[in-house]
Amino acid sequence: MTEVRSERLHAHAPEVSAARARRWGSFYFMEHMLRGMRAYLVTIVVTSVGNPLLYLFSMGVGLATIVDRSQSTHFEGIGYLAFAAPALLVSSAVMTCANEMMFPVMDGFKWRRVYYGPHVTPLVPGQLALGHVMAVSVRLLVQCTVFFLIMLAFGAALSPMAWLLVPVGVLAGMAFGTPLMAYAASIQKENFQFSMIQRFVIMPLFLFSGTFYPLETMPAAMQWIGWISPLWHGNQLGRLVSIGASEPAWLVVVHIAYLAVLVVLGIVLARRSYTKRMDA
Amino acid sequence: MKALTDDDYVLSADERPLGALYSRNARAVIERGARVIRSQNWIILVSGFFEPVFYLLSMGVGLGRLVGAVDGPGGAPISYAAYIAPALLAVSAMNGAIYDSTWNIFFKMHFGKLYQSMLYTSLGPFDIAVGEIALALFRGFLYALGFTGVMGIMGLITTPWALLLVPTSVMVAFGFASFGMAITSYMKTFQQMDIITFVMLPMFLFSATFYPLSVYPAPIQWIVEAFPLWHGVELMRQISIGAFSPATLVHLAYYLVMIVVGLAFTTRRLRALFLR
Amino acid sequence: MAGVRAMRRRVISARDLVKTYGDFNAVDGISFDVPAGESFGLLGPNGAGKSTTMRMIGGVTQRTSGHLDIMGLDPEHQGPEVRAHLGVVPQQDNLDEELRVRDNLIVYGRYFGLPRAYLEQRADELLEFAQLEDKAKARVDSLSGGMKRRLTIARSLINEPKILLLDEPTTGLDPQARHVLWDRLFRLKEQGVTLVLTTHYMDEAEQLCDRLIVVDKGKIMAEGSPTALIREHSSREVLEVRFGADRNAAVVPRLDGVGERLEALPDRILVYTDDGEGSLEQIRNRGLHPVTSLVRRASLEDVFLRLTGRSLVD
Ligand SMILES: Nc1ncnc2c1ncn2[C@@H]1O[C@H](COP(=O)(O)OP(=O)(O)OP(=O)(O)O)[C@@H](O)[C@H]1O
Ligand SMILES: [Mg+2]
Repeated sequence: MTEVRSERLHAHAPEVSAARARRWGSFYFMEHMLRGMRAYLVTIVVTSVGNPLLYLFSMGVGLATIVDRSQSTHFEGIGYLAFAAPALLVSSAVMTCANEMMFPVMDGFKWRRVYYGPHVTPLVPGQLALGHVMAVSVRLLVQCTVFFLIMLAFGAALSPMAWLLVPVGVLAGMAFGTPLMAYAASIQKENFQFSMIQRFVIMPLFLFSGTFYPLETMPAAMQWIGWISPLWHGNQLGRLVSIGASEPAWLVVVHIAYLAVLVVLGIVLARRSYTKRMDA
Repeated sequence: MKALTDDDYVLSADERPLGALYSRNARAVIERGARVIRSQNWIILVSGFFEPVFYLLSMGVGLGRLVGAVDGPGGAPISYAAYIAPALLAVSAMNGAIYDSTWNIFFKMHFGKLYQSMLYTSLGPFDIAVGEIALALFRGFLYALGFTGVMGIMGLITTPWALLLVPTSVMVAFGFASFGMAITSYMKTFQQMDIITFVMLPMFLFSATFYPLSVYPAPIQWIVEAFPLWHGVELMRQISIGAFSPATLVHLAYYLVMIVVGLAFTTRRLRALFLR
Repeated sequence: MAGVRAMRRRVISARDLVKTYGDFNAVDGISFDVPAGESFGLLGPNGAGKSTTMRMIGGVTQRTSGHLDIMGLDPEHQGPEVRAHLGVVPQQDNLDEELRVRDNLIVYGRYFGLPRAYLEQRADELLEFAQLEDKAKARVDSLSGGMKRRLTIARSLINEPKILLLDEPTTGLDPQARHVLWDRLFRLKEQGVTLVLTTHYMDEAEQLCDRLIVVDKGKIMAEGSPTALIREHSSREVLEVRFGADRNAAVVPRLDGVGERLEALPDRILVYTDDGEGSLEQIRNRGLHPVTSLVRRASLEDVFLRLTGRSLVD
C-alpha cells in the first residue's frame, strides 16, 4: 500500500466505459475467463490431445478387435473404430462442457467469487453469463478440432464432410452445458449436486446415448434416454457428417433443432439466473 | 478449577514407536466421518455404487448383444457381461480408493482446512491417515457388496467363489489407497493433481477391462501387466468364475506387496503431507 | 515483576527458530522464552512470520532449523503429547463445515480422546461462553464471520488447555465480543494458563500482554513489556500537528529542536516529546500556526511503527 507516483495515462471518461461495456462487456469477460484458463493450459492441452488418443485407441481400435469379429450388421457396415469415433468426439465435448459449467460457475458465485469483481464494474450479470459461455465455446472449439485431427490420423473420418464434426461437437456440448449452467447458477450451496449430476446424468447419458452401439440395440424401454439426450442427437449428427450414416432428412432437422433450442433456452435461463442471483 | 502450578507444566515423553505421528485415536477420525455421513443424504453415500452398474448395463448388456461370448479365464467362453463385470468391480475399487486418498485428502487439506484443525489437537498425521483409509475401505466394501448383488441378480454369478469378490475388492482398494496418500503428499496445486487423472485414465482403458490383453502387441502387453489394475482385473475375473491358475498367486502377491510398500511409503510421507 | 517471573518454569523455549519456504526465510532465527502463566505477545507487520512461529510451536509445520521445547518436549517429536495440552485459535477459522455448530465442539473434543459425557457438558458451557446457544444446531456456513470466530475460540478451550495459542483472535469480532474474550482471557490467566497471542490491535496488546516481541521479516526487533517498550522506543507524549498537505514538508526544517524527535508524514508532523503542550507552545512561538493539533500519550502503536517502518514495502 505504498503510494504509486508515476507518469500516468488517463482513463477515458466514465460515459465511454459505460458505452463500451454495454457493447463489448461479454467479450471483456470472455477474455477474463480465457486468461483464467491459462493457469490450466497444460491440463487443457494434455487432455485435448491425450483423451482422443486414449479413447480412440482403446474404445476404438481395441474394442474393435472383438466387436468386428462378430460380423455384426449394426455398425453401418463400416469398422467399429469409424463408427465409435464421431460419438467419442461428441461425448468428450459434452463432458468438458458439463464440467466447465458446474464448478467454475460455483467458483464464480461462491468459492472465489470471480463474478463479483466484474459485477461492480459497468458489466451486467447477463454479460458475465454470456462471456462464460463464449469462453467455454472457444475451449470446445479447440478441443474438437484437435480431436478431429487425431481422428484423421487414425483414418477414422471417412466422409469429406467430416470436418463438420467440430461445430457439431461444440453445439452438442453447449446444448447440454448451457441449461446446466442455468441450474448451477441457481443453487446456493454445493451439497454434492454436482457429483450427483456427474453420476446420475452425465455418466448415464454417456453410456446410454448410442455412443458405443446404436440406440436400437438397447431394450425399447430405455431408448427414451437417447431421445431426450443432447448427446444422442449430437452422436447421430456426428455419424452423419463423419461416415455418411443414413438418417432421414426430417430426423436431421430434429437433431439440429433440438440442440439449437437447448442452447438458446439454456443461455436465456442462465442469463436470467445470473441476473436474479447477482442483482437480487 | 484450581490454578495451574509449575508442576502442571511438566510433560513426559511417550517413547512408543511413531509417537510423533500417532496418538492411537484414529477412532475419532472415523467417528467424525460417520457423523458426516449420517448427516448427509443417504443417496450421496450409495451414489458411487451406480457407476459400475451403469457400465455393466450399457457395455455388458448393450454392447454384449453385439459381441456375443468371449473367452473367459481358463478358456471357456462366457457372456460379455460376465467377462467385464468383475473387471468393472476392480475398476470401481480403484477409482473409489484413489479418489478418497487423493482428491478427498487434497481438498480437505487445502480448502476445507479440516486437517489443519485436526492437527492442532492431540491427533497425529497417522491417526488421520488410518481413519481416512478405514472410511474409504468401508465405502468400498459397501459398493462391492452391492455390485456383487447386482451381478447375482443378473445371473452372472455361477460359483460360490464369487463371494470372495467382496473382500478381494477391498484388498484392491487398500492397495491403491495406501499409495494414493503418499502420492498426494507431492502435490501442491490442482494442476499437479490432474496428473493423477492422466495416469488413471489410461490404466482404466487399457487394463483388459473391456477386451482381452491379447489384442495388443507384446511390448504394450508387458507395460499393462506391470500396472496394478491389470492384476486386480485378472484376479477378480478368475475369482468370479472360480478358475484359478498359478498367476492367481502372482496377482495376490502383487497386492500384498503393494499394500505393505504403500503403507510404508505413506507413513514416511506423512510429515510432508500434513505438516507443511 | 521480573523477579516473580524468573521463578516460574519456562514452558516455551525457542532457540534460533528458522522456517524456510523455498529460498525465503519466513522465520529467520527467532529465540524467546515464555514462563508459565505469562501472557506473551507476538507483534509484527503482515508477513513478519508470526503465524509461522505459532504453527511451529504447535508442531504442525516442520521447522527448518532451531530448537523448540514445549513443557519439556519437542512438538515435532512428541506432537500428540504436546498438543494435548494446547488450545489453538488459528488465524483463519478452520471449522468443520460439514458438521453443525455443537457437533463441531464435540467432534473436536473427540480428537483429544475426551469422553463423550464430558464433551456434552463442556460443549454447552462453551456455546454459552461464545453466546451461540441458539445456533447450536445451525450449519457452520450459516454463521456470520464473527460468530465463526467465536466458535473457533470456544473450540480451542474444549480440552482445558494449559497453553493457549491465539493468532489474531479478535479480528472480525464486534466490540462486545472482544471484551467478553478479553475478560475470559484474564480469567484463564488467573487460573495459571499461559497465553501466546498475536494481534494487530495495539490497544489489545497493551491490555493483554505481560511481555511481547516485535517481529519483522522473520527477526525479532524488540522485546519487553508494553510499558518498557514505550519507554525505550518512544517519548512519553506525541504531538500531532497539521499544516495542510502541501505545507508540512516545508515547515519541518523550522521545527528543528522541538521535542526529542520529529517525523514528517504526508498529512501531518509527529513531534515525540515528554511535554506535548510545551512543544506546541514552542511551535506557536516560532510563528507557526498548525491547522489542527493534538497531544496524546505515546502508545505501543508508535513503537510498532517506529520499529517496523511506516510504509508497507515488502
Ligand atoms: N505455506 C507457505 N508457503 C510459502 N510461503 C509461506 C507459506 N506460509 C507463509 N509463507 C510466507 O511466510 C511469511 C510469513 O508468513 P506468516 O503467515 O507467518 O506471517 P504473519 O506474521 O502471520 O502475517 P499476518 O500478520 O499477515 O498474519 C510470509 O511472507 C508468507 O508469504
Ligand atoms: Mg498471521
